[in-house]
Amino acid sequence: MTPTRPNDHFARALKGRWWLDARLRPGLAVTLGLGLVAIMAPLLAPGDPAALGAAADRLAAPSSGHLLGTDLLGRDVLTRLVHGSRVSLLVGWVSVLVAILLGTGVGLAAGLGPRWLDRLLMNVTDAFLAFPRIFLILLLVSLTTPSLLLVMTVLGLTGWMSVARLVRAEALSLRERDFVAAARGLGLSAPRVAFIHVLPNLLPTVIVAATLRVGGAILAESFLSFLGLGAQEPMVSWGAMIQQGRDYLLEGWWLTTFPGLAIALTVLGYNLLGEGLREKLDPRSSREGRDG
Amino acid sequence: MISWLARRVAVSILLVFVLISAVFFIVRLAPGDPLDQVVEQEFGTDSMDQMRRQLGLDESLSRQYVKWLVASFRGDFGTSLRQQRSVGSIIGEALPATLLLTVTAYLLHLLLAFGAALVSADRSRRTLDQGIQGVGLTLYSLPAFWLGLMLIMLLSRKLGWFPAGGMHAPDARFLDRGAWLVDLLHHLALPVATLALGSFMGTARHLRTSLAEVLDQDYILSARARGLSARRVLFNHALRNALLPVITLVGLSLPFLLGGAVVVEVVFGWPGMGRVAIEAIWARDYPVIMGTTLISALTVVAGSLLADILYRWADPRVRLSSQEAR
Repeated sequence: MTPTRPNDHFARALKGRWWLDARLRPGLAVTLGLGLVAIMAPLLAPGDPAALGAAADRLAAPSSGHLLGTDLLGRDVLTRLVHGSRVSLLVGWVSVLVAILLGTGVGLAAGLGPRWLDRLLMNVTDAFLAFPRIFLILLLVSLTTPSLLLVMTVLGLTGWMSVARLVRAEALSLRERDFVAAARGLGLSAPRVAFIHVLPNLLPTVIVAATLRVGGAILAESFLSFLGLGAQEPMVSWGAMIQQGRDYLLEGWWLTTFPGLAIALTVLGYNLLGEGLREKLDPRSSREGRDG
Repeated sequence: MISWLARRVAVSILLVFVLISAVFFIVRLAPGDPLDQVVEQEFGTDSMDQMRRQLGLDESLSRQYVKWLVASFRGDFGTSLRQQRSVGSIIGEALPATLLLTVTAYLLHLLLAFGAALVSADRSRRTLDQGIQGVGLTLYSLPAFWLGLMLIMLLSRKLGWFPAGGMHAPDARFLDRGAWLVDLLHHLALPVATLALGSFMGTARHLRTSLAEVLDQDYILSARARGLSARRVLFNHALRNALLPVITLVGLSLPFLLGGAVVVEVVFGWPGMGRVAIEAIWARDYPVIMGTTLISALTVVAGSLLADILYRWADPRVRLSSQEAR
């Protein structure tokens, strides 16, 4: 009884061996590889990443024993990098999930709801956008004891605005389409129209936006950890590792260099995947990037 | 146009008001206050209470709020709880430093973005274009604070070409004008490079898409058909129209730039608003937090207002369509 969905393109894009698509391959390879590393961290790098090393091993340069060197407490940098991937990916994914759920909810309500609701929600969105995000994050995160949960919540609560705008714009154009008019004409309830008829057609937009945001969230987390506001010892985080090497830029260059490269590789992977998905799922648009 | 502008300005003012009011309550409702840093045993509970009274922290939230509102309206942002100086003078010192940093960085950012986009418009330079895209996307994926540290490590600590941080050499006040300026630019180079290199690809991609769309239009074809040179078509016909969407982007880049300045100021010890704000947040220095919040909110809201005005001025079509739409 549902009239044809306009979004056959999405279904078609996902048919067949879509993961072999050249546009998706680099991003998929990097993100899947890093995901595996995070999941299998205890197997790949056995031993406690926080355990202190021998005194002779402190601040040792990369060698065959410690491929990426050791830190001030003699801990193996490679082991810590492998374990640190868990924090970055967890924060990236969870905070983006929160932001996407919030943004999609707000966007749908604004795009499909009555006009006054649209105005109200868009003004709230603009108010949030009118604020340097990092400032708001710092303010909120520094108010109580730093924790990973707090970082994820705050990043999620400050990252939904551009998703809301995207979803609203898409919903506004979808509500004019025949199949939505038909669904409404059949007397279906508003939530049913929103979730069964409109939402599935928004999925490509939402998936692309989510992927492009993971990188931004990982960057934000690393900066917070760099400032000491993110994950706390004994948890390992790449940003905190960079902070620990900051006073040893020359004598211990590996302390700052490698965690930074790890962050860069992860973020680049998600950005490449997001770009690839955008070209594949949403060929007409390349309008919206990600916010700071 | 006038009534639209009046409404838009009114909404902006309301927005700033709501924002800083929200920050006022968030900061004060959070656990801890400015005296937490003072060790309680050292002073005893009695004198702590007395200090709280002096600072007006014992009054009810609503009274503190009203007091603060009235004072702010008069342009009095209070005195820093930590530095015993007026918030106005602290900001007055930090704001020019941040403006110098962000404006210079933004100019370089635009220059790089336009360069990258123009290369991509020239179809004979495919390889160069792809190279720039790759390098740009990689730079875009780097943590800015780490990029800064790497530049310090290589160009400052290792090679000694640039100072590692700060805004002036210790002996800057004894230098004559020219040498003073050279010293300032010398200190400015790495922070500006960090900010611009890490971000220009965002604008470049928008500009690139916009330019590609314009180059597909019929009037470009007709300009070419009239025998105009490729350069002339690109600059006089295509670029002008491709700039329209970018104007909005310039306004929206402001919050982003201010955010980037926070990162860069921390890494390079640049004495600007970002550092002042972070130090104030650490110390729960309420008046300074409110002052820096107000200034950044004002800047951002003014930026997006300016972008809206420019956009309407540059593109008459918007005036018509926006009247119908909303």
